[in-house]
Amino acid sequence: MDTLIPLFVAIPLISAFLIILLGKLVNGFHRFLGPITLLVLLIMAVYEFTGLGKSSITYAMGGWASEGGFPVGIYLVLDGFSVLMLCIINLIGLIALFYSLSYMTKYTAESNYFALFCLIIAGMNGVVLSGDLFNLFVFLEVSVISSYALVAFGIGKTELEASFKYQVLGGLASMLILLAIGLIYWKTKTLNIADVRNVLDAGYSQSFYLFVQVLLIAGFGLKAAIIPFHAWLPDAHSSAPSPISAMLSGVLIKAVGIYVLIRLFFNMFVFSHEIALVLTSLGAISMVVGSLLAIVQWDLKRLLAYSSISQIGYVVMAFGMGILLLLKGDNEPAAVLAIGGAIYHMINHAVFKGLLFLNAGSLEHRLDTRNLKEMGGLSKVMPVTSTTSFIASMSISGIPPFNGFFSKLIIIIAAINGRFYLLATLAVVVSIITLAYFLKFQRYAFFNKPAGKAIQKIREVPFPMSFSMIVLATLCLALSLLAIPSVSEVVLRPAIDVLMQPELYSPTMIGI
Amino acid sequence: MEGMSTIVKKVTQLMVGPVFLYGIYIILHGHLTPGGGFAGGAIIAGAFILLLLAFGNNVINLKKEVAGSSNTESIAILIVVVMALMSLLFGAKVFFFNFLPKGEPGELLSAGMIPLYNIFIGIEVAGAILTIFLSLVIFKEESSK
Repeated sequence: MDTLIPLFVAIPLISAFLIILLGKLVNGFHRFLGPITLLVLLIMAVYEFTGLGKSSITYAMGGWASEGGFPVGIYLVLDGFSVLMLCIINLIGLIALFYSLSYMTKYTAESNYFALFCLIIAGMNGVVLSGDLFNLFVFLEVSVISSYALVAFGIGKTELEASFKYQVLGGLASMLILLAIGLIYWKTKTLNIADVRNVLDAGYSQSFYLFVQVLLIAGFGLKAAIIPFHAWLPDAHSSAPSPISAMLSGVLIKAVGIYVLIRLFFNMFVFSHEIALVLTSLGAISMVVGSLLAIVQWDLKRLLAYSSISQIGYVVMAFGMGILLLLKGDNEPAAVLAIGGAIYHMINHAVFKGLLFLNAGSLEHRLDTRNLKEMGGLSKVMPVTSTTSFIASMSISGIPPFNGFFSKLIIIIAAINGRFYLLATLAVVVSIITLAYFLKFQRYAFFNKPAGKAIQKIREVPFPMSFSMIVLATLCLALSLLAIPSVSEVVLRPAIDVLMQPELYSPTMIGI
Repeated sequence: MEGMSTIVKKVTQLMVGPVFLYGIYIILHGHLTPGGGFAGGAIIAGAFILLLLAFGNNVINLKKEVAGSSNTESIAILIVVVMALMSLLFGAKVFFFNFLPKGEPGELLSAGMIPLYNIFIGIEVAGAILTIFLSLVIFKEESSK
């Protein structure tokens, strides 16, 4: 079981370079190897998930064990939180790649697309598994640099502009993150996340680490597109090919943004009231402003991109509330609810936002437009797209019995239990606004009178595309089961435990 | 891109050999002296780029060249990953485990796997930098037509 951990990074790397090498010689090689790779990774992730339980595994690369309580080597850590992220990354990756089999046929250089896709997966798996700060940074760069190339894959004017904007802001974010990592290394003389925590437990200067934390919030906030740092996201996510939008919105901003932010603030730094307040208010602001910006959009993919900002706001706000409640210390059940709700909503968002972007891709594939005003009346000619997008829309707006309802409900209950009445009200109001703009999408795309083109000629999308959408729609329903306490005890509880008790985070790494 | 004057061409001819050898030296002594795969690979790519700048692109076929360097790069990185995976089969069964005999410290043939990694990373870096350079040249040629 241990030996599988480095393969999460090695297998997609090998596939990526094999595709570059053999893709030109063997016709259709990438179409065969890409999905197989992701399928193997998903099976491995699920296998690790079933075997892991509440324990955690530390993997020392090259067999470099810790020396006298000082970790010298590179470590990969698999625990409840990271294994959950691994499952989500590889699941959405597999579905998006399967969808690309017919979506990408209209582009040239298809094999480069599949190679870059494997690289993005390798980078994200690495970020989620890495146990030290510097390797985390390297894997983060691997995944975001491949995403720059994938955003510009259409090489039209808008794609290149979006990719350039994304690169400039992404580069700025990487610089801030690297500066913060350098400052941490300067003060603590170690890069290992668990070891930094060990050093910080022995005492630290408050103001210095507040500065470092602010740098990290700015850096990873840019990667996760929390509101003051969101400028690149609507362009990048709407110009990329649709399966890539699904990957970026569904997984990338969580794996390299939210996941790292949460991992560092819960498992590396000691909680501080100021930072928790900053996180909560940033989350609340992006939740509200993101939804208000989404409602005025007529470009379908821009609407979905702004809605991503709003939903990410829910997650960040819930994590912030969790820290505030833990600091207060008198209401632990509410803190567990807030953190659990945040993780649950993160998983749900990956599924329904992935599905919505695939729907948008199907519409774009058949109509060659993303403008909602040019669509209409498509529910009869594209039944699969229409039904699945209805499920996803209801799910994201929080209508029972879909998964989005339960995760939002848990977050709202946590807010009320923790006496954050304003935040609870805001969460409900934003949920209603979300419903409003998704009803707008449904009405203009599927139920309105047809505008412009004759819709009779439009057919349903081919099998790989419709099948991927049906799988995700089924997951939208199936994930509601996580709201049942006995199920969430098995699935979510290990992740919550790792976050709430920093001493559980890979104790073997520091040789205890 | 035009070639440069005869003086530049002649000096380049004299210089390229030593630059190339120096790159190989840096790579091979990666485990003993400062430098290693990345630094040496960049120097080797520099030698190729120097030739290309001095003689212009009329003497070579750019498309063929870029395909070659891209393939070299992919093969080299694949070999690195496969060597790391081989450690899962031999020795302590740990990824990236150094299972070859370590030898005398300070000797050229020592440190087990590390010189091998250095060599292939050197080839990979040289191939990658050359690919980037050639792609930029091809882009410029095509856009100026």
